[in-house]
Amino acid sequence: MREIDVSEVQEIVRQSCSEIAFEYPEDVRRKLTEASEEETGSRAKQALDLLLENAELAKRHRLPICQDTGMAVVWLTIGQEVHFTGGSLREAVNRGVMEAYQSSYLRNSVVSDPVFERRNTSTNTPAVIYMDLVEGDQVVIECAAKGFGSENCSRIKMCKPAEGVDGVRDFIVETVRMAGPNACPPMVVGVGVGGTMDYAAWLAKRALMRPLDQDNEDERYRQLEQQCLRQINELNIGPMGLKGRTTALKVNIEWFPTHIAGMPVAVNINCHVTRHRKVVL
Amino acid sequence: MKRLQLPLSLSDRLSLHTGEQVLLSGVLYTARDAAHKRMKELLDQGKPLPFDLKGQTIYYVGPTQTPPGMIFGSAGPTTSTRMDVYTPQLLDLGLAAMIGKGRRSPQVKEAMLRNQAVYFAAVGGAGALLGLRVKEAQTIAFEDLQSEAIRRLVVEEFPVFVCFDCQGVDLYDEDFQ
Repeated sequence: MREIDVSEVQEIVRQSCSEIAFEYPEDVRRKLTEASEEETGSRAKQALDLLLENAELAKRHRLPICQDTGMAVVWLTIGQEVHFTGGSLREAVNRGVMEAYQSSYLRNSVVSDPVFERRNTSTNTPAVIYMDLVEGDQVVIECAAKGFGSENCSRIKMCKPAEGVDGVRDFIVETVRMAGPNACPPMVVGVGVGGTMDYAAWLAKRALMRPLDQDNEDERYRQLEQQCLRQINELNIGPMGLKGRTTALKVNIEWFPTHIAGMPVAVNINCHVTRHRKVVL
Repeated sequence: MKRLQLPLSLSDRLSLHTGEQVLLSGVLYTARDAAHKRMKELLDQGKPLPFDLKGQTIYYVGPTQTPPGMIFGSAGPTTSTRMDVYTPQLLDLGLAAMIGKGRRSPQVKEAMLRNQAVYFAAVGGAGALLGLRVKEAQTIAFEDLQSEAIRRLVVEEFPVFVCFDCQGVDLYDEDFQ
């Protein structure tokens, strides 16, 4: 049995949620730089160069890369040999989020009730928290800050098994086409295939956490990721919808076994400000 | 690159062409979802708006908190499409320009043509760069809405692309190159 005080988790969440607001992760920055070098459209190139200049300014002035500093999504993958002490783990995560958003002057973007009051909670909490129990005595803490310009463009479809790989690919490309300039392209496209309706959506968000320089371990899905990316970048949406070949930086697909009658496909769109950080405790 | 002073004159608006990049300097008003809802409620009650819309520019933005020692926070555009339901009424009251990102509805485009208004797209996700172009900021209404309050900003060389011009050309049309 390993004992971990929840205040340690709180501190990691605070640091992660704060730092991801100011700097692109290295994998995202590299992809954007490559895209700017390869982009041929003049307006598209101007927009990508503005994004790279923005990244430098954000770091230098410690201003968030994007004003939508997101809703915090936190994954805790907990080894079953771990015993948490010092209070509620969930409350510690929310305290970490709250401290990050206040001490780093990030935007509080969470409203108390989605339909009726829509009053800002002024703390950017509650966060969306997923907990998973695995073997071992480690705790993996992954933090993301999800912007809603792109989140709003996400879709899910319960495809028929007969639609096959074409059906999956068509739905992914169609979702990006519909998102167009609204989702702040260049986008990162997270896809979940299989499981149940809710689990496919969860997988799609998980897919956004995979670094952009990491391909699918399964050859068939790796090829599907690449085909989708190619088709998406032929849509001529381009950075900020200014036309051009840089519509998406990466397509990441995660999959899971499913029912004989179904083939759920969830597409979770992220903008170029794909903020993620992983810490192993 | 074209440089223009805000608020835009009619002749400046008519001179703009979809796709061109422009640097804007002068006064803007910020408003996004919640502020638009409040403005609609005021109009429904026959009450005046917090500022005179005539000839003015609205920037769809919800900035981050302003850090100590800074003039403004991170301030890139939010998706304009969500404001579409409120926009035709504001255009008919004299609103002359909007800055945001993303598509507009046919109703908004019709109202823009009717009122010789223009729509600009700023680069989404360039919040630090755009926030640093803000030289003065003052909250003028709905302070309780925090980031969504209405602010009067003075900007300098604020980079935008013309997205829908007075000739009705839409940057996002599939056949626009």
